[in-house]
Amino acid sequence: MKPQVAFFDFACCEGCQLQIANLEEDIVGLVNVVDVVEFREVLTGTAEKYDVSFIEGSITRPEDEERLKDIRKRSKLLVAYGSCATSGGVNKLKNLNPSLENVQKTVYGKDWNMPHLRTAATKAVDEVVKVDAYIPGCPVNRKEVVEVVKSLVLGHVPALPEYPVCVECKFRENVCLFQKGQVCLGLVTRAGCNAICPSNNSPCEGCRGVMPNPNKNAMHEVLKENNLTVKQIFDMFTMFSADPEVKG
Amino acid sequence: MSDKSMHIHVHHVTRVEGHGNIDVVVDNDVIKKIEWQVPEAPRFFEAMVVGRDYMDLAPITSRICGICSIGHTFASLKATEAAMGITLSEQDTRLREILLHGETLQSHVLHAGYLAVPDYFRVNSVVPLVGTHKEAVLLIIKLHRLANELCDIIGGRTTHPIRTTVGGWTMLPTEKELVTLKKRYEEAVEDLKAVAGVVLSVAGKIPNFTRETEYISLTSPSEYAFYDGMIKSSDVKAPIPVSNYRTVVNEYVNPQSTAKWTKFNRESYAASALARYNNNYAQLSPLSKTVASMFGLGAAACHNPYMNTVAQVVESVYAVERTIANIDWILDKGLKYVKPDIKVKAGKGASAVEVPRGILFHEYEYDKNGKCLMANCVIPTNQNHGNIQKDFEKLVPEFKHVGKEELQFMLEMLVRAYDPCISCSTH
Repeated sequence: MKPQVAFFDFACCEGCQLQIANLEEDIVGLVNVVDVVEFREVLTGTAEKYDVSFIEGSITRPEDEERLKDIRKRSKLLVAYGSCATSGGVNKLKNLNPSLENVQKTVYGKDWNMPHLRTAATKAVDEVVKVDAYIPGCPVNRKEVVEVVKSLVLGHVPALPEYPVCVECKFRENVCLFQKGQVCLGLVTRAGCNAICPSNNSPCEGCRGVMPNPNKNAMHEVLKENNLTVKQIFDMFTMFSADPEVKG
Repeated sequence: MSDKSMHIHVHHVTRVEGHGNIDVVVDNDVIKKIEWQVPEAPRFFEAMVVGRDYMDLAPITSRICGICSIGHTFASLKATEAAMGITLSEQDTRLREILLHGETLQSHVLHAGYLAVPDYFRVNSVVPLVGTHKEAVLLIIKLHRLANELCDIIGGRTTHPIRTTVGGWTMLPTEKELVTLKKRYEEAVEDLKAVAGVVLSVAGKIPNFTRETEYISLTSPSEYAFYDGMIKSSDVKAPIPVSNYRTVVNEYVNPQSTAKWTKFNRESYAASALARYNNNYAQLSPLSKTVASMFGLGAAACHNPYMNTVAQVVESVYAVERTIANIDWILDKGLKYVKPDIKVKAGKGASAVEVPRGILFHEYEYDKNGKCLMANCVIPTNQNHGNIQKDFEKLVPEFKHVGKEELQFMLEMLVRAYDPCISCSTH
């Protein structure tokens, strides 16, 4: 029997689910190896148990934590799908504000305290339940999604690149954006996107999160060479709530 | 429960973006409750961006919506440019319009082909149609791929564009890429006609339901407005400047919804492809008018909300033709890259862009260093929630005799016809 696969979304833009539709003709190949049993955005239907659940979005309310725990119980494997799920993504910008009440008042004004508008600090999926595999990116890279699905179907834990975006950028023979006077996070961000932003003459924003064991000294050196301060890159690191450890 | 009583509760309507519920209670032929509910988790974007640098606003607010990220990017860039008095060359504006229409085509094809049309065939998704209507499905996929590839080439990525920046572009396509795109778009016209034919073959399934409402969209003297213009209401004669958008949207909080609702001259209004069609029909291209006439649509306003899907098909034709014309204009003048010229200054600016689901507003205020002090975003679907509710209130009494299953189907189909972007509406 083909593995039973489901997609679920929490607080997010659903752009990562859209990347499944954006596989275009390859979707036919995908449904040949897996059975998509629940995927609210594109099909009507539900199932009781899942071999693999893909979770998109971050968790921002107690009732969403309960819904996620219930999905976890019914899933053999659970994949955090996209930056909102893997790190909290842009949704964690909310947590930088010292007052949740201020955040709520900024958006809802005098109605901020109505019960249906309540919110909590944003969490990544693995802050609530056990995660078996991660697909980072905002949005996810379609090729990487296909690779991860292949690995899971074959019973392997998918491996993500453990080197920085810089490596992919060099392979694409791009002129380094630091040499053009821009600040780029490709030095310490986990590769796997084929350096898509620097290749379009736009700095890496760190959406895939910080790579394991980043070379902090090299980062400091580059910043120093370019007369930049840690403060200047701090805001960029916070955009996708990359690992705060390298802020200093 | 007698057949004169029913409880329709749809938890998380399927084949729409985001989370919405339908709750209808009829007790012994008396309607007790009719609610369109939006339980989507708020993300608080307007608070998130306060304190951020002006260059971060478009990349962050793009993430409000995965389906209309290009529209959000342009609404955001235009608001920042309005606040700082930054202008673009005609070439760079036309390139933005090309990318915007890449999204129009992608989103309309996705909605009509993958999300709405399965209702007309009474199947649960596009998947069973691969078996029964393979040729049509492959055509739809082909058009969807083409629109996405345009977004890749012009924007650098299909979702959350990269090359778009304050004052212009980080990088341009090559003339060769534009020539190839144009050729493929010319070929796509026939494919679109074929898809329109498929939709027409099942158009008899579109419910015969009408409710006149206020239609709000952009309008422009020079074209069928998408990228720029003034605000047009079907209830008001003179167009309204975008800077006065707050007098139009009048956002308020409704206990049924985490997304704010809006109203202008009536209890609700519609922002959609159908609103644009009704307000700006005269400016459609001849071919898009021909496609509209296939479905019995003409210059007279259409008040059947289910016909929004048909208006999307009509606009898909327009988007393709307009893109070909824009590419021609650019190739004729010769493509030139000009680095954006930005002088950061304090200011406040509002913008509006027509995105697939209707008119979208962004407004920002910056301090002298370009730090964001205030942001407000009003999304098409948050403008449509009140109108969906009002449609429900007319539809349920008119059609409750059809029975629970059929009525539930009609209500779900109505929600889908609006192509709602619910997580976007709550943002």
